[in-house]
Amino acid sequence: MNVTFTADELDFRSEVRNYFENEFPPDILAKQRQAIPLSREDMVRWHKHIYEKGWAAINWPEEYGGTGWSSAQKYLFADEQARASAPPFLPFGVSMVGPIIYTYGTEEQKQRFLPDILQFNTWWCQGYSEPGAGSDLASLKMRAELAGDHYVLNGTKTWTTLGQHADWIFCLVRTNTDVARRQEGISFVLVDMDQPGVTVKPIYLLDGEHEVNEVHFDNVEVPLENLVGEEGKGWTYGKVLLQHERTGIAGVADSKYKLSRLRALAEKSHDGSDALSSDRNFMRKIAAAEVELKALEYTELRTLASVTSGKAPGPESSILKIAGTELRQNIDSLYLEASGYYALPYVRDQYVEDFPDEKRVGPGAATDASLTYFNDRKVTIFGGSNEIQKNIIAKHVLGL
Amino acid sequence: MDLSLNEVQLMLADSIEKFISNDYDFETRQKYSGSDLGYSVEVWQSFAELGWTAFPFSEDDGGFDGGPVDLMVVMERLGRGLIIEPYLANVVLAGGVLKRAANSSQKEQWLSPLISGELQATLAFVEPQARYDINNIATTAVRDGDSWRLNGSKGYVLNGANAGLVIVPARTSGEQRDTSGVTLFGVPCDTAGISVRDYETIDGQRAAEIDMKDVALPLDAVIGKVDAGFDALQSTVDDATFAVCAEAVGIMSVLTEKTIEYSKSRVQFGVPISSFQALQHRMVEMYTACEQSRSLLMWAAMTIADDGNDASKAVHSLKYQIGVAGKLVGEEAVQIHGGMGVTWELDVAHYFKRLTAIGLMFGNADWHLDRLSGSSD
Repeated sequence: MNVTFTADELDFRSEVRNYFENEFPPDILAKQRQAIPLSREDMVRWHKHIYEKGWAAINWPEEYGGTGWSSAQKYLFADEQARASAPPFLPFGVSMVGPIIYTYGTEEQKQRFLPDILQFNTWWCQGYSEPGAGSDLASLKMRAELAGDHYVLNGTKTWTTLGQHADWIFCLVRTNTDVARRQEGISFVLVDMDQPGVTVKPIYLLDGEHEVNEVHFDNVEVPLENLVGEEGKGWTYGKVLLQHERTGIAGVADSKYKLSRLRALAEKSHDGSDALSSDRNFMRKIAAAEVELKALEYTELRTLASVTSGKAPGPESSILKIAGTELRQNIDSLYLEASGYYALPYVRDQYVEDFPDEKRVGPGAATDASLTYFNDRKVTIFGGSNEIQKNIIAKHVLGL
Repeated sequence: MDLSLNEVQLMLADSIEKFISNDYDFETRQKYSGSDLGYSVEVWQSFAELGWTAFPFSEDDGGFDGGPVDLMVVMERLGRGLIIEPYLANVVLAGGVLKRAANSSQKEQWLSPLISGELQATLAFVEPQARYDINNIATTAVRDGDSWRLNGSKGYVLNGANAGLVIVPARTSGEQRDTSGVTLFGVPCDTAGISVRDYETIDGQRAAEIDMKDVALPLDAVIGKVDAGFDALQSTVDDATFAVCAEAVGIMSVLTEKTIEYSKSRVQFGVPISSFQALQHRMVEMYTACEQSRSLLMWAAMTIADDGNDASKAVHSLKYQIGVAGKLVGEEAVQIHGGMGVTWELDVAHYFKRLTAIGLMFGNADWHLDRLSGSSD
C-alpha cells in the first residue's frame, strides 16, 4: 500500500491537465463555470473532441477503443476533469449501453453500435423506469410481442433523462408474461427513436428545467436483431448495467472541487460583508464534509482497484451510491447556507449566454445554489433510490 | 394557562380554511404566481374585505387589536394554502413599522390604504453585505436643508416591484453596525433616483434589488424619530420571523399529511410503500418534527403576547427549530414521493421550495442558535 503517485502517474496527470487547460473547448468550460446549461450541439462537440484525443471510453477494454488505463489513471483523469470544471461524460452510451453490448451483444451488434457510441454519433437514453415501476423495476409492464422477424412494443417509459435529444433508447421490455418470477421474461432491446409510434413528452422538474421525459411507445416495431443477448435474460443484463451506473454516481472528484471552491468562497468577502470563514459553525461543517469525502474517495478507489483486477463492481458499489449522493446533497446545502438571501432569487435568464454580469442578482454564482440544491434531490431517488441500495446491501452483502 | 383558541380565532381559522378550499387550489396558486404581478389583485381585495389585512392593528388604526396568537392562526393557514399573496410584506413588515412608529398623518396616508388593500407596501430590511444582521446598514441618509438624501442598496425586497411604498432603514449617524443612528423613511417608489430590479424568487414569490442614488425625500418622510428607528425595525422583523415560522408549521403539516397519503396509495413490490417499516419510521420522524414545531410555535406566540423579556428568546428558539425541522420534513417529503416529488407538476415540490426559502430568511438555524447560546458577537 502506498498513497503517493508514481512518476509515470504524475506525468499522466500533467498530460490530462494540459489537455483540459489548453485543448478542451474553452467556451464549454466558460459555460460550465457560469452555470449555463449546455446545448445539444455543445455536448456533442465536446464528446467528439475528447474522442479525437482517444479518451472517450475510460472503462472500456482496449479492443473496443477503450483506454486500458489503470485505476490510478482513471482516478487522476476524473480528478482533472472536475478540477477544470469540465462537464461529466453523458453516461447513457459509453457507461451504460456500451458495456452491455460488448459483453452480451453479437459481433454484428458490436460493429454496428460501438463505434457510434465512441464517436458520439448517436445519442442514447435509458428506458428502464415506468410510471408504475420505479424502485420496483421488475414490475415493469412494457410489452414486446413477437411478430415474425420483429417485436411490437407498447407501453411507457419515464424519467428518461435528456430523451428529448436522443436518437436511440435501450429498453427493458416484457417479452413473456407467463413466468414464475417477475424478473423472468424481461428482455433488453435497442430502439431507434426516429420512427412512427415513439413520442417524447417533457416532464419539468422542480427547478423549472426540462431534463427528463416520458417516452410513449405505440405499436413500435423493433427488428429481432436489436435484441441484446438472450430473450428473457434482460433483468440480469440490466442489473449489471445499474452496478456500472452506481460507481460513477459517487461523484468523488466533482464533490472534491465543489468543496474546495466553497472553501475559497467562504474566505472571500462580498460587498464588504464579513467573510464566512469567520463563522466557526460553517467551517466545521465544511471540515466534516471533507472527512466524509476522503472516506468516500478511498472506498471508490478500492472498488476501482477490484474492477481493474477483472471483477465487475459488486453489490458493495451501493455504498458509493448512498454515501456519494448524500455527500453531494450535503454540499448543496452548504452552498445554500453560504448564499443566504442570495439563494432566493430565481432569475432564469441569468443562466444564458451573454447575460451581462452587472445585471446578475447576487454575488458570483450564489444564485444557482438553490437550483442545484433542488435539482439534486433527484440523486438519492434515481439509479435505484437510496432505500433500494440499503436493501441491496442488507440482502446481498450482509446476508440479512 | 390556556392552550385553546378563542371563538374569534376559531372563526378566523375557519374562514381562511374555507377560502382556500373553495377558491385557492394549487392550480389557481400557480396561475397567480406565474402572472405579471405575481399575485392576484382580486384575492388581495377579498383579504382586505374579510378583514384579514386589518386584524394586527389597533382599533384606532382601523384594525381588530389582534396579537401573536391571531397572527399564528392566519399565517399557519396561509402556509397550508401555499398562498402567494404578499401578506408578509404588506401587513407584517410594512404594517409592523407603521403601526409602531408612524404618526397619525402617515398612518392616514399609508396604513389606512394598506389595510383597505389599495396600497402595496414593503420593508427593505436586507442589505447585500449584511447577511442576517439587520443592524448592518450601509445605506445613508444625509440632511440637506429641507430634505433628506438617500444613497445605498437594498436586497431581497419582498413585493418590491409592486410596492407603492417602500420603508427604508438608513443610517443617519454612527458606525455601520450601530443600532443607534438608524432612521426609517417612507419612500414612495416613484421617487426620482430609485431603480428597482424585479425578479421571481425560488418559492414563486416576487422580490427586488433596490438601488438609491441621491434620492431626495421631504422631512416628513421620516417614520418615528431620527436616529431612533432601530427598535421598531427589530420588533417588526421579530414579528415577521415569528410569522414565517407559523407559515412553516402549516406547510410542514401539509407535507406530512400528503406524504402519508401518497405512501398509502403508491404500490411497489405488490404492496403500498406505507407498509415498509423503514419508511414508516421516517414518516413518524416527520410527524414528530412537525408537532414539536407546533408546540414551540404556540409557546412562542403566548410568550410574545406576554410581552416579557423572553420574547426574543422565543423567536430565536422557534426559528432554530423551524430551520432544522423544516429541512427534515421538506427533504423527506420529496424523497418519499420519489420521482414525483421532484416534478414541477406536483404541489409537494412547491411546498418544499417555500419551506426552504423560509429556512434561509431572517437568519438560518445556526444564526439563531448562536444568539441563544451566547456565542454571537
